[in-house]
Amino acid sequence: MTGHEHDDHDHSELSETELRVRALETVLTEKGYVDSAALDAIVQAYETRIGPHNGARVVAKAWVDPAFKRALLEDATKAVGTLGHVSRVGDHLVAVENTPARHNMVVCTLCSCYPWEMLGLPPVWYKSSPYRSRAVKDPRGVLSDFGVTLPQETEIRVWDSTAETRFLVLPMRPKGTEGFSEEQLAELVTRDSMIGTGFPKTPGAPS
Amino acid sequence: MNGVHDMGGMDGFGKVEAEPNEPMFHSEWESRVLAMVRAMGAAGAFNIDASRFYREALPPEVYLASSYYKKWLLGLEDLLIEKGFVGADEVAQAHAFKTAKSLEHGKFTVDDVERVMTRGGFGRDAQGPAKFKVGARVRARNMHPATHTRLPRYTRGHVGVIERIQGCHVFPDSAATGAGENPQWLYTVVFDGRELWGPDTDPTIKVSIDAFEPYLEPV
Repeated sequence: MTGHEHDDHDHSELSETELRVRALETVLTEKGYVDSAALDAIVQAYETRIGPHNGARVVAKAWVDPAFKRALLEDATKAVGTLGHVSRVGDHLVAVENTPARHNMVVCTLCSCYPWEMLGLPPVWYKSSPYRSRAVKDPRGVLSDFGVTLPQETEIRVWDSTAETRFLVLPMRPKGTEGFSEEQLAELVTRDSMIGTGFPKTPGAPS
Repeated sequence: MNGVHDMGGMDGFGKVEAEPNEPMFHSEWESRVLAMVRAMGAAGAFNIDASRFYREALPPEVYLASSYYKKWLLGLEDLLIEKGFVGADEVAQAHAFKTAKSLEHGKFTVDDVERVMTRGGFGRDAQGPAKFKVGARVRARNMHPATHTRLPRYTRGHVGVIERIQGCHVFPDSAATGAGENPQWLYTVVFDGRELWGPDTDPTIKVSIDAFEPYLEPV
């Protein structure tokens, strides 16, 4: 391989992949297995309907409504199902609560299991080898990659998503949010705070 | 299988780097791969465990060098070819010329999209009582099946405590190979970090997995 070809490696690999994807889609549609329009509709649904805003509403509700919070921690699938504004959620959702004594963090060491309906599609780092390999062995080190430091005595509980259960971290409500509405609180809930690699935003702090 | 996908506890992959303002897809083809996997799964060509198994079975050097959706593409191609839904020659020529195989749930159309937007249920009726109670000490078995399993290597042989009983679920080890759902009790088992990684480990670390009953033995 010449130096020039090497330089073009990324570009040509991408093109080859694109061709391969198109080839497979053509074969699947020609065989009558799928409609291309149905594939378009799936992509559109993912792009518009799921995302961390769903999880943020659940967290904000739990912050203001103690009965909902209890129900959420008892059976998250059932509790989320009672909220009109969040669409249906699959089975086996488990909400885990952060407290001053315990911080929860979620990983899937074997693949990329993630609560799609609550948080959307996972970010690349969540599916990456560095996160999957280190989260269970050195969670404090991983947290420091995110600029997150916890008190030395705080228990860190890592949930490895090895089955069809899906985990949603219920972060602690930020200080200085007394009197905030559910909508205002939902704005503070970040995706990473619901994975356990970050905190909710603090009102007034630069984002 | 003891593959490179089973990454818990491996060293050397470096820092976790988050991409600011990450887009949902980095190229359009990624979204097409996602949609094809969801559609063909929903049409009944394979179950979620088989699709995971085919990604895990990619050669280790390919697995490690491929982006996430590239792995999905390669796994999907292998799976559809091996199960006879498409021919390798058809994929190579980007054209179908062999008879199609029938799909369990028929052709995937726009009317089926709603179905893939909610996760399927994996809970099943129990075949018998749960063997372990909350609080019981259990050991993750020292088992090394060459096929799909969801018991991570870093827990095997180690002792943990049953924290929750999650119900009775489809058993991935069976479902992945077409051996049926074979439902099993599922438990959240929590391990002390020192039990997994040695006595010098930060004592505040606890790690849990969700483990199917056949993965566990009483202590």
